[in-house]
Amino acid sequence: MNRIVSFFKKPFLRNYANYMVIVLVALVFAVLSLTGSLKMGTQFLLEQIAIAALLAVSLSMVVGFLGELSLGHAGFMCAGAYLGGKLAAAMTASSGDQSSIVTLLVACLAGGCIAAALGFVIGLPALRLRGDYLAIVTLAFGEIVRNVVMNLPMDWFGGTLGLETPRFDRKYLFVLALVMVLLCLAVTQNLIRSKHGRAIISIKDNEIAARAMGIDITKYKLFVFTVSAFFAGVAGVLYSYTVSRVQSATFDYNYSIEILVMVVLGGMGSINGSLIAAALITFINTKLQTVLTGNLAVLQNVFYALILITIVIYKNAPGLKGFREKYNLKNLMAKLSKKPSEEEVPHE
Amino acid sequence: MEFLSALLNGFSSGGTYAIIAIGYTMVYGIAKMLNFAHGDIIMVGGYAMFVALVFNQPLVALAFAILACMLLGITVERLAYKPLRGASSLAVLITAIGVSSLLQSLAQIIFGAAPKMPTQFMINGAITLGTFRINYSTLVTLAVTVVIMTALTVFVKYTKTGRAMVAVSEDRGAAQLMGINTNRIIAITFAIGSALAAVAAYLMLMKAPTLSSTLGAMPGIKAFTAAVIGGIGSIPGAMLGGVLLGVIESLALSVPQLAPFTDAIEFAVLIVILLVKPAGLLGKARREKV
Amino acid sequence: MSERETILKVEHLAIQFGGLRAVDDVNLEIKKGELYGLIGPNGAGKTTVFNLLTGVYKPTLGRIYLCGEEIGGKSPAEINRKGIARTFQNIRLFQNLTVLENVMVGLANQIPCNVFESILRLPRHKRSEKEARERAMELLRVFKLDAYSDYLAANLPYGKQRKLEIARALATNPKLLLLDEPAAGMNPNETQELMDDIMFVRREFDMTILLIEHDMRLVGGICEKLTVLNFGTELVTGPTAEVLANPAVIKAYLGD
Repeated sequence: MNRIVSFFKKPFLRNYANYMVIVLVALVFAVLSLTGSLKMGTQFLLEQIAIAALLAVSLSMVVGFLGELSLGHAGFMCAGAYLGGKLAAAMTASSGDQSSIVTLLVACLAGGCIAAALGFVIGLPALRLRGDYLAIVTLAFGEIVRNVVMNLPMDWFGGTLGLETPRFDRKYLFVLALVMVLLCLAVTQNLIRSKHGRAIISIKDNEIAARAMGIDITKYKLFVFTVSAFFAGVAGVLYSYTVSRVQSATFDYNYSIEILVMVVLGGMGSINGSLIAAALITFINTKLQTVLTGNLAVLQNVFYALILITIVIYKNAPGLKGFREKYNLKNLMAKLSKKPSEEEVPHE
Repeated sequence: MEFLSALLNGFSSGGTYAIIAIGYTMVYGIAKMLNFAHGDIIMVGGYAMFVALVFNQPLVALAFAILACMLLGITVERLAYKPLRGASSLAVLITAIGVSSLLQSLAQIIFGAAPKMPTQFMINGAITLGTFRINYSTLVTLAVTVVIMTALTVFVKYTKTGRAMVAVSEDRGAAQLMGINTNRIIAITFAIGSALAAVAAYLMLMKAPTLSSTLGAMPGIKAFTAAVIGGIGSIPGAMLGGVLLGVIESLALSVPQLAPFTDAIEFAVLIVILLVKPAGLLGKARREKV
Repeated sequence: MSERETILKVEHLAIQFGGLRAVDDVNLEIKKGELYGLIGPNGAGKTTVFNLLTGVYKPTLGRIYLCGEEIGGKSPAEINRKGIARTFQNIRLFQNLTVLENVMVGLANQIPCNVFESILRLPRHKRSEKEARERAMELLRVFKLDAYSDYLAANLPYGKQRKLEIARALATNPKLLLLDEPAAGMNPNETQELMDDIMFVRREFDMTILLIEHDMRLVGGICEKLTVLNFGTELVTGPTAEVLANPAVIKAYLGD
């Protein structure tokens, strides 16, 4: 038992296991896909999982590590989807190349950058507003983006009809999407596991003390909002490749909340948790869609809502503190691997 | 003239926003939480009225809806929010979001996705003087708003419970030491807010008889915005914010070039006001003790 | 003895909250290496003075000089980088970081490495992480906290949390260390240990220290000079023994 535990505690495995899992998934399915034995539905599922993972990991930077509640993540995605999608469609039309990787990358960069610019702008109120106020501002921002994009002249972004989207060879679109997830993961993880990550967490834990330690709150808040929005924008561009039309109605605040649910269920402040939750929820949703039809389709929302409420109460209720400390995973793990836990304070 | 009727319409829809916003703001002032699910209480109120139409009396239906909403408000507070008293505001807000999603989904399962059309609550007709035209429903809304505002102000100022509410919102700990049962006060606050939500549902169905599970979602968000604009926690602030938002909305809608961007304009006003006054127009900035 | 360098000079410091002057016309001069006490009854404005010195509040009137440079009105982070570090009366550790990481946050501005170097994992990132870890461990050793380095700060016993706050503050390499009631909630043994630690820090780091304290044994035992505040104004300033014997001070503490 101890040997197994210590094997998984090897730093290399601990730090890179998530990358390896994604690479492995990408490779296995790429082989299946290129040999033609992958169903269209599975390709679509993998694309959607990658998009959800991008959204969840990037949002976890803001919510889980910086500790600010953003309800406008879908707004960044919306900006990316429209601008990147439009650009890609235009580039495809002029070059005639239906599956240009260059086009896809340029679109991702453009969509990411416009979202990042908006993220920077929305980071500015984050400097002055706390908690609940910021939440409503981000929600308002998301609705503004959606409302404006939809009502611009038809020939800009398709108006209420939605935006015509670019095409890409679906055989390996999901591979590129997973590469983007890897990129996002690397940036997030390297950021969090550095002095900058510690600074960001210190802002969440105690902003006043962080200031007193000389931490530049302004810089970090703006940076986190910007980077987080960038990847949401990239997710938006990828999304535009997977649907026949981009509809601004998709990106309402409920979508932002859905992403938030993934981050919360993944255990706020856990990158891998967000990844797993994103994959799992997307997978379950897709499967349930075939089982639950009509009014029952909403049943899944009932479950998510109940799970969300239960988990948040369980993890945060002051009355359950004793219970949580007694039965928590970390303490159990500590006992298993014989690391000193709270009961065994080292003697001086 | 057109401007005048736009203005009056603005006051009327602003009144509805204000009534909803008061629910947000009272709960925030007293329980220190944003009850994101408040908008969905309106929706439940709408369906409660729809169900109670079996009595064929719109006002009886309203009374039933008020009772149902009060009960629901208290239950939600007890089950979902009370355990989190003292936890981070992020946790409470996420829970409230969960409750909102739960109520919407349950309503959709029970009543279906297709909207109901209860026309019994509608008030038709209008007063016209030349080009000036104002609907009866607008006048009723204005009257109801004024009555509720006055009643609420009197309640808070002159009743024991009302004053206890003020005390709890100022300093919960001190109020508790003075022998005020804070749990009871919080429950009463939720009850009042939810009752107002039911009234708002009536006012909404009076103008447009479309009842779906998202009835309260957008108006809820808008009223939430209004409460924040006015300074969340402040009842006069909610009234001011609601009316202000209603007027802005109505004026934007009356200009053809701006009409499609009404939502964006309203939310932009919110952001600008918060940037200039981070605690809202009438809100008090609180200093964190170091 | 040659005149020592002045580290902190405060002139006519005042702040008004609404109609209330919480601090009014406070003057301080602290020399290098001094252990200076700021005492006074509850509500005298001691912590408010700390908050003014560290930029949490902006002074309504008056000037603050650190080593001759005016710092009044600058942001807390800037003031920390200029050389004032503090601890808090109600402990403010980073609860979700480990003991070691708490100190490493304090070192953030000491060891250069920008965001992009960290994200790209360039060599400077690795060097700076290693250096930060080593320097943080050294500081923890000074406070006998090294055995707890992997603990979450929230799980430390109370007395050790106070010590960790001092270690974290020292990590920012300050010219002046402000301690806000460091002995609050400690038993006599812990207080004695803390007094030894403070003396050690002063010797070892050649530190100038200004502290707020209620424990008169600690104040009398280690402070060289005291300023007594009462109702936001300066009551007496002078060498410790003189101040503590002053009838006005005794009256302020004990009432009439």
